[in-house]
Amino acid sequence: MTSLQEGPVQDAAGLSTQPAEVGAPVRGSFVAPYRRAWRQLTSMRTALLLLFLLALGSVPGGFLPQRALAPQRVKEYYSAHPSLAPVLDRLSLFDVFASPWFAAVYLLLFVSLIGCIVPRTRLHAKALRTPPPKVPHTLSRLRASDRWETDLSPQDAVAAARAALPRWRRVVREVSGSAELSAEKGYLRETGNLLFHVSLVVLLVGIALGGLYGFKGTVLVTEGSGFADAIINYDDITPGRRFTQDGLAPFHFTLDDFHATYTAAGAARTFEADLTWAPGPDAPTRPYRLRVNHPLEAGGGAKVYLVGHGYAPHVVVKDPKGNVALDQSVPCLPQNPKFLSNCTIKVPDAEPDQMAFEGVFTPTTVQDPKTGQVTSVHPAAALPVLTVVGYRGDLGVDAGIPRSVFSLEGTDRLTKVDAPPQGLRPGETWKMPGGGSITYAGTDEWATFQVTQDPGKVLALYASAGMVLGLLLSLFVRRRRVWVRAVPGGADGRTVVEAGGLSRTDAESFANEFGALTERLRDRTGGPAPSPTLPEKDG
Amino acid sequence: MQALASVSDKLLFATIVVYALAMLCFAGEQAARRARAVPARVLVGAGAPLLSKDQPGVRPAAPRGGIGRLAVVLTAGGAVVHLVTLVLRGIAAGRPPWGNMYEFSVSVAFVAVAAFLYLVADGRVDRSLGAFVMVPVVLYLGLAGTVLYTPVGPLVPALDSYWLKIHVAAAVMASGAFLLSGVVALLYLTRARYDEQTAAGRTVRFPLSLGGSLPAASSLDRASYSVIAFAFPVWTFAIIAGAIWAEAAWGRYWGWDPKETWSFITWVLYAGYLHARATAGWKGRKAAWVAVAAACALIIDYYVVNIFVVGLHSYA
Ligand code: HEM
Repeated sequence: MTSLQEGPVQDAAGLSTQPAEVGAPVRGSFVAPYRRAWRQLTSMRTALLLLFLLALGSVPGGFLPQRALAPQRVKEYYSAHPSLAPVLDRLSLFDVFASPWFAAVYLLLFVSLIGCIVPRTRLHAKALRTPPPKVPHTLSRLRASDRWETDLSPQDAVAAARAALPRWRRVVREVSGSAELSAEKGYLRETGNLLFHVSLVVLLVGIALGGLYGFKGTVLVTEGSGFADAIINYDDITPGRRFTQDGLAPFHFTLDDFHATYTAAGAARTFEADLTWAPGPDAPTRPYRLRVNHPLEAGGGAKVYLVGHGYAPHVVVKDPKGNVALDQSVPCLPQNPKFLSNCTIKVPDAEPDQMAFEGVFTPTTVQDPKTGQVTSVHPAAALPVLTVVGYRGDLGVDAGIPRSVFSLEGTDRLTKVDAPPQGLRPGETWKMPGGGSITYAGTDEWATFQVTQDPGKVLALYASAGMVLGLLLSLFVRRRRVWVRAVPGGADGRTVVEAGGLSRTDAESFANEFGALTERLRDRTGGPAPSPTLPEKDG
Repeated sequence: MQALASVSDKLLFATIVVYALAMLCFAGEQAARRARAVPARVLVGAGAPLLSKDQPGVRPAAPRGGIGRLAVVLTAGGAVVHLVTLVLRGIAAGRPPWGNMYEFSVSVAFVAVAAFLYLVADGRVDRSLGAFVMVPVVLYLGLAGTVLYTPVGPLVPALDSYWLKIHVAAAVMASGAFLLSGVVALLYLTRARYDEQTAAGRTVRFPLSLGGSLPAASSLDRASYSVIAFAFPVWTFAIIAGAIWAEAAWGRYWGWDPKETWSFITWVLYAGYLHARATAGWKGRKAAWVAVAAACALIIDYYVVNIFVVGLHSYA
């Protein structure tokens, strides 16, 4: 017997389609302990516990810096709490969402979830095929009930009641002279509930697909330069565990122009990157204006986002022999919201010694008259100055040790050129003591692009839609039953009609619905106006 | 535009004043009721151990009389001023009024008050809850107008998006309702404990004695459930809209940013609440504690994370 055929006078909870918990223990069987463990795992109580664990487990991820998101801040945390940090780290608290214990919690939850969905789907399918249960013996003991008399025969009264409940699932039963109607409505509640829980599983599958086969890479491109989608062209990549090179989309683009606008106070207003791009090597190129919130769909499931920008002063460096050793835009890294940026210029081709420059770029420059210190007061390049100091010697680029292009760190065989920092405006040249020169020829900008591919994204989106739809159904559809019994034996040979109803949730609004319903039934069966005391209210 | 913004600021002050008056009227009605309920409690104190929870003597007399109705009218009037405050702010900024913490908080408070008025009008909760609901609302708006106040300004480019508007609108709706449900859940806990104490024949002291003037525990439980049942799908949708926006802005739909993490914790806790109500041994008070914990997670999500935790969202 399913829960749909439980005894007549029941508590509202009897309308639950939740699977019955733990039946009779299977004794003396080899599988019994496993079965018991399985039932335990798929019980509501366990599901609840696992949900709480999931929430609790996420808490450190919401307070502590996470390596995947902010590696620098994890390092800072290490230096701020040198004795605590390693302990936290051993517990994976800086990688909560990739930690084995977090995975254990959500995997158990999903096993429990599947173990819950399967029997509930079976029960629900059965419920959909089972007619509403027989009329309880004493309808008057239900919370919502009513009674009146009519001149119709019991059969006609019940037929009229049946017709008055058009969108209900109904069954009429006749028992020796009397007639009964059982009606039920709101099956979509459980359908919605199942849809919601199934969507959760589908969502997890979508997320997993993205994690396994997805790809993320970032690349910095200076105005006038281009990018073609290949692993070696990226500055930084995060491939999924199952991602392979062939998964990359074959697009390429050139950054023609980058422009940003700011408010007078220096807050960012717009960022735009004008690209010329093509989805493949042989495809014709086309323009695209890439903006924040408007990624480029580059074909093959790849999307290109604009994630950062900065200045790249164009410099021309001549070595002491008079040869142009560098003629290029050099990206500088912004240090503050006004785009004071650090620049490192390496000139490996200079002869006889290699050359290098370090400096700051200030887009709207103000110089402190006393200290000579330069700062930037606005992010737009209104009054740009490139301030540099020079070095000569050996850049160490041949030593086979990878070095950052953005710093001179680790290159200890360089000698500083004995001169104070030189502030150059566009077009100005610094002739260095001992030969060589650097010209600040003009200002270009650079932008960083993030390329992502996530093959599970669409599935996750559908699953999300399923979740919302399922939730709406399961929270707002009410499962309810109405019974009508018509028996002969009223005054003057009239028929006595009794009606009763039951709702699993929200007894109060069901009382209203039931009131309206019985009014309609009385109308159709020619009964008197409803008596004011009915239906009985809950609580 | 600046002029509109300063009118809006003045109206916020007016809103707070009107709500505070409403709060006083609600409290006045409460006090009158408690005075009436005293004899019943003396009876309980005298040791009638088998009192049922809904024993009529303990129950406050049916609400009637002017001051309570005046309180509701004041609340509704305050809500209208509140709405105008938001609309003017939105016009002044040239965008929906939920672009920073100040605007968000004022919007959330509006939803909470509107939801409360709806429940009262619908007969789902007794207006006697008004005093307990308006106290946090007034405090909240007061804090918003002082500590969190931000002058009107444009949005940073990442925030200027269609999905963001939908996302934040849904988050505001759900948050207002969740905060209201948190207050109601606390009142339910007070009332349930009060019932337990009086049934055991113990005298109850302040603040638990407030429970005597609250509606029946079962009706508070239902009210808090129905508000959560409304807010949970909205919150789910808000998270999804946020994910869609994040996908467009940052190239990933989910990244465990602190803000996302706390929205997730909040969501899981409310899912836990809905489960708890269907789990034997968890109905009633335990479930209500879950609702309170979930509301705390929501507050952490918005305030603690924004102010103290660094993340991508920290400009919001
Ligand atoms: C992944 C974690 C889960 C989440 C986020 C979740 C969420 C929810 C939500 C939001 C509801 C409310 C819908 C309603 O009241 O009808 C719900 C109901 C329900 N869930 Fe889950 N659930 C999860 C896992 C599970 C598991 C593992 C089980 C089985 C043990 C389960 C069984 C149920 C049942 C039976 C209901 C209906 C409760 C009722 O009859 O009111 N859920 N769930």
